[in-house]
Amino acid sequence: MRVALFVPCYIDQLYPRVAMATLDLLEQLGVDVEFPAAQTCCGQPMLNSGCDTDALPLAERFVEIFSGYDAIVCPSGSCVSMVKNHYDHLLHENANYDTLRTQIFELCEFLVDVLKIDSLPVKFPYKVGLHSSCHGLRELRLASDSELNAPEFNKPKQLLALLDGVEFAELKRKDECCGFGGTFAVSEEAVSCTMGRDRIADHLQAGTQVLTAGDMSCLMHLAGLIKREKQPIRVMHIAEILAGYEVPQ
Amino acid sequence: MSAIKSYDHPTNANQFNQDQDRTHWHDSSLWFIREKRDRMSKSLPEWETLRSCASQIKAHTVSKLADYLEEFEKNATARGVQVHWAKDAEEHNQIVLEILRKHQAKRIVKSKSMLTEECHLNPWLEKHGIEVVDTDLGERIVQLRQEPPSHIVMPAIHLKKEDVSNTFHEHLQTEKGNNDPNYLTESARQHLRQKFCQADVGITGVNFAIAETGGFVVCTNEGNADLGVSLPKVHIACMGIEKLIPKADHLSIFLRLLARSATGQPITTYSSHFHGPVEGGELHIVLVDNGRSKIMNSDDYRNSLKCIRCGACMNTCPVYRRSGGHSYAATVPGPIGSILNPLRDAKHHKTLPFACTLCGSCSDVCPVKINLHEQLLTLRTEVKNQKQLPMSKTLPMRIASYVFQRPKLYAWLGGIGKFFLRTMPRFLIYNPLNPWGRHREMPEAPPESFRQQYAQRAKKKSDDR
Repeated sequence: MRVALFVPCYIDQLYPRVAMATLDLLEQLGVDVEFPAAQTCCGQPMLNSGCDTDALPLAERFVEIFSGYDAIVCPSGSCVSMVKNHYDHLLHENANYDTLRTQIFELCEFLVDVLKIDSLPVKFPYKVGLHSSCHGLRELRLASDSELNAPEFNKPKQLLALLDGVEFAELKRKDECCGFGGTFAVSEEAVSCTMGRDRIADHLQAGTQVLTAGDMSCLMHLAGLIKREKQPIRVMHIAEILAGYEVPQ
Repeated sequence: MSAIKSYDHPTNANQFNQDQDRTHWHDSSLWFIREKRDRMSKSLPEWETLRSCASQIKAHTVSKLADYLEEFEKNATARGVQVHWAKDAEEHNQIVLEILRKHQAKRIVKSKSMLTEECHLNPWLEKHGIEVVDTDLGERIVQLRQEPPSHIVMPAIHLKKEDVSNTFHEHLQTEKGNNDPNYLTESARQHLRQKFCQADVGITGVNFAIAETGGFVVCTNEGNADLGVSLPKVHIACMGIEKLIPKADHLSIFLRLLARSATGQPITTYSSHFHGPVEGGELHIVLVDNGRSKIMNSDDYRNSLKCIRCGACMNTCPVYRRSGGHSYAATVPGPIGSILNPLRDAKHHKTLPFACTLCGSCSDVCPVKINLHEQLLTLRTEVKNQKQLPMSKTLPMRIASYVFQRPKLYAWLGGIGKFFLRTMPRFLIYNPLNPWGRHREMPEAPPESFRQQYAQRAKKKSDDR
């Protein structure tokens, strides 16, 4: 299986450890992974800002670069959802896209649904607070949400539960948005920060030691608040935990 | 009107967030209702089936709306109802005023109707010397305060009991500082009873109109619609044309969904059915378009006409809960309002599609399955197409797109950016122009990007070989 690694632009530039953890993890599991160097950004910031014409060339590039692989894996539910669900607005009747959208996977989704892994040789004796990032939750359905009346499941949690010694923090609001929302974090700074602080307060009361999520963008926002307010919570992307990386001090 | 005058959601929301205690109190009040809604919806195994049925019925009705409206008019007329058609808010107000003048009506009692809010009926009637009293308790409170409702189902949810006590003390001469909800409610009751007894005409909204029977249903928790139209001989019901459902058989689906979604009740306390005028009286129905047929013709936004105005999208919206209804500066706030208002007036309401993190909770909570967050995303492009996005928003995106189409330029600029982030003094990074840094730390810039590390790793691997 030829698998391409799709690394969101901000992870490439600001969180290389997360991308490296994703790569390591997939290689540990025996997957042959390539990183197509021509990739940059999927165009989500542009489309989400209403600038569809600026997003279009990036969507076209993306499809060109990533076509031909058996699977595309990405450590971000939000970016995957952009490609899977929202390129539709931009690319009409593109045969390559119609194939590609069925081959792109968020990391946890790939591990659970494609590789079907049921064990991971990692020790993680911490109380983990799992933030369910909205696009992974409600656009990719990586877990059941509290709004729908449907059977409960949670793919990221299922993976974390494989680790030795892990414990989960029980949140009062299990799937509320953190307030990042892309440019929302800047254009609606006041509400964004209130939302973020509320999420952190929920994790604090639940005893979260390590806060994790499938999207580094949510974590970037929450970590920014945690650091400013000197809260006793460590932040890690789920790929770093699953790959057995150290908890940052 | 409310103290908030600006149409700019971020400005209004920022103002609301200045009082963090109040913001948290507002958030918790609405979350309490959202949780009640969750419990109630999960107590019905058929909940998702009900949603699917409701969504399909509404989609079908909207696709054949002209036919169903004709059927409704025919059947309502046969029951002795006088049916009026209004293409916009102005015509609606004019029709209502003419009916009132015909009866020389001076005092009106009105039960909650978002349509009359949308048409600004109250100020129009007051301008013509007519007293209009809103009889829903929450509506009456905001009316006394000369504020618009901040929520479509709970118009005074932004007010604490102390605020209500002060308002009643000022307008209804209640005891100063008496915050007892029983006392305050009783005072409102006495005051409203007087208004009910004096009224010449009762005005109501419409929750569901049934094409098959020509009848309609008004849902209230206080019985005020019943009382308001039982004493006067004239009843005027105002409805948006999308309130129609084809058959009486469909009603139970919507009644079960409405109250559970709105407040977590199994059903509203009163579901009042009207099928013609009282003996010797008149029943008028005003059918209002006011931009709805335009939405009906749009593939992207047609779905929003399915809305049954339960307010669940507001209760679940993390942004609404933390910015308050008035921050939207619109009759219908929250996710559904952020679609309907810009569609009507993109210039004034251009910030609303952006007052959203696209978390998608509204779409999953919606009892008629409106794809709210997807429409909000599409609307952002619409705002740009209507040239309502400032250059400060479009230019950075154009530049970013240019850079992202050139991987080498992107990698080079990324390196420079990280270098500055690492080396620049703190006061230059955390300046007033950086809204990220006001309450948050910036991420620490690593010395190398992933692509650099990957290239080095690949090189090392091939060297090792």
